[in-house]
Amino acid sequence: MKRILSILMENEAGALSRVVGLFAQRNYNIETLTVAPTEDATLSRLTLSTIANDKQIEQITKQLNKLIDVVKLVELTEGEHIERELMLIKLRATGAQRAEVKRTSDIFRGQIVDVTGATYTVQLTGTAEKLDAFLNAMSETTVMEVVRSGISGLSRGEKVLAL
Amino acid sequence: MEMLSGGDILIRGLQEEGVEYVFGYPGGAVLHIYDALFRQNQIQHILVRHEQAATHMADGYARSTGRPGVVFVTSGPGATNAITGIATAFMDSIPMVVISGQVQSHLIGTDSFQETDMIGVSRPIVKHSFLVKRAEDLPVILKKAFFIATTGRPGPVVVDIPKDITNPTDLVPYVVPGKVSIRSYNPASKGHTGQIKKAVSMLMASERPMIYSGGGVVQGNASDLLRDMTRELEFPITSTLMGLGAYPASDKQFLGMLGMHGTYEANNAMHHCDLILAIGARFDDRVTNSLNKFCPNAKIIHIDVDPASIAKNVDVDVPIVGPVDSVLADMLGQIRVALPKRTDANKTRLKDWWEQIEGWRRQDCLKINKVAGEEKTIKPQEAVKAVYEVTGGSTYVTSDVGQHQMFAALYHPFDEPRKWINSGGLGTMGFGLPAAMGVQIAFPDETVTCITGEGSIQMNIQELSTCAQYGLPVKIININNQSLGMVKQWQDMQYEGRHSHSYMDSLPDFVKLVEAYGHVGFVVRDLDELEPILKEAYALKDKLVFVDIMVDPKEHVYPMHVAPNGSMRDMWLSKGVRT
Repeated sequence: MKRILSILMENEAGALSRVVGLFAQRNYNIETLTVAPTEDATLSRLTLSTIANDKQIEQITKQLNKLIDVVKLVELTEGEHIERELMLIKLRATGAQRAEVKRTSDIFRGQIVDVTGATYTVQLTGTAEKLDAFLNAMSETTVMEVVRSGISGLSRGEKVLAL
Repeated sequence: MEMLSGGDILIRGLQEEGVEYVFGYPGGAVLHIYDALFRQNQIQHILVRHEQAATHMADGYARSTGRPGVVFVTSGPGATNAITGIATAFMDSIPMVVISGQVQSHLIGTDSFQETDMIGVSRPIVKHSFLVKRAEDLPVILKKAFFIATTGRPGPVVVDIPKDITNPTDLVPYVVPGKVSIRSYNPASKGHTGQIKKAVSMLMASERPMIYSGGGVVQGNASDLLRDMTRELEFPITSTLMGLGAYPASDKQFLGMLGMHGTYEANNAMHHCDLILAIGARFDDRVTNSLNKFCPNAKIIHIDVDPASIAKNVDVDVPIVGPVDSVLADMLGQIRVALPKRTDANKTRLKDWWEQIEGWRRQDCLKINKVAGEEKTIKPQEAVKAVYEVTGGSTYVTSDVGQHQMFAALYHPFDEPRKWINSGGLGTMGFGLPAAMGVQIAFPDETVTCITGEGSIQMNIQELSTCAQYGLPVKIININNQSLGMVKQWQDMQYEGRHSHSYMDSLPDFVKLVEAYGHVGFVVRDLDELEPILKEAYALKDKLVFVDIMVDPKEHVYPMHVAPNGSMRDMWLSKGVRT
């Protein structure tokens, strides 16, 4: 089962490597990972998705909490939440393909952010599943390059992850 | 304001922490630190012969005293040599602070001479680590390092210091740090009252209870409380390898060690019990045997200061997160209220349970079997028993890893905590001698014995030189079976006796070897020499004595769990005889 963990950690050198190292060391997997500083300069926020059952996620959460650099964490998938991922995709767009790419990207509410005579670069935001669906829809088109940000997310409603 | 160099700040910080001894080895990146050490006389430095031994000495010091061990190593090979000792301390939750030198800040990342990414290399085996970026940060970092190492579930902390930080010509204002607080680190200080209440009512209702005590009781200084509680409850108790001594082994309620080489009665009682009270133990794979067959009828109460230890390997009915001493104190208070209300029916069931246990005890699983013609042969078990008898159980015992370790755990009863010191989690050969030296330094007037084997002792034998330098009169009991006994035992049992590289060929003459270092050595070949020579050895109070005891090389450690796919009660009781 896919789990999304949102982690507040000290914005210090080596903190990220402790989190990533923990996953390698204890044989947990990381599906996606995204990290950036927050409005509080002393903290970074890391969003990580992994595949785990209830027992595994309990152990992952406990082990993460043991890391001194981890200040607070929440499993977003435990409750109502919003998740988004950004994808940039560079496609071969010539001839009839050119209009088709444009149409499909409109259907997915994508934006074309770079254009050459033979290519389009589409920017798309949504759940990981939506991005997968777009890639599927583009299977007839030559995909030259894909880059995805990994999942970011927040709990819905009043709930916040803060100090 | 006082102006000090980073090197002097480091030493001052260690003094503030009350550090008496530092175990270490100098080198390029720590020269400034060693110079600062030279210019003071409060902290004594013990110069080892290999950095691994420095970490094990600090470890032995920490295990026997409860105070953190402190280590100095230089960058590169000094730091990497310390890794095995740091990992050993990590696995057994031992408080330790390792100060490693690092190359100068501007050289980091350039593959400079003796450069190793110590923070990276040690990351999976430390509780936490710090890379010092400014000398001004040192006081607070040190304070945090000691705080983290010694609180909650203890463990090793590495402080990596680039050489320029300790430069004697760069002076910075020195401020004594106040109380540290780390916003992301708040170990539990007390168990949950509701959970404790629930646990006590389960204890009162149980018909076949078992107390399963671990190293956390020793490290958490909760032995007295464990004794009181166990005696008042009149419950049977077993202990892990790491927990031996927390409950007196000579007491009738003690069933011996459990697990892979646990006693018949302890393992059977675990398997058949209806309630396990696990205290500071972590359901290690060397305890549980196959998890899906582990104690099928037992409800489990688990007390541990580390929440991640709870429900990691087995599911738990009542988890209690907190320091064992505080939790046991709260629990005992409630037990004392509940005990007078224990029903007669309940008392009868407990009596029946004890009768069943006495039946398993009659198996006498630790009986030493000797056949005709073996009258003079020394069985390794007899060697361990002789040490106990000659010392009257008064000695600290450290061990290395292998058969001799299990024989020591099974045949030398420990009645007090912190007297039995061994590498349980990591299983580090070479641990025994330096650990014994650390104990001897902490307790110069006590008898300290290292029970080892001819394989393990050679992994840190260079420390005989350190012993000579500091006059450490450790007694080394070498259970010499001329083979890597535990490896050989497994090869006998699982590889049709193909002894692939488990022989120790070309053994040195240990007596001559120790004499070369200025120590005393004896060799024992016949059983009737054993006690007289041991008496002579222990009478030489001020000398390191090496007793090389030639034992039966064919002996196996029993009982032994049948594995894989065995339960707690599935055991080999002797060669070819199983439950």
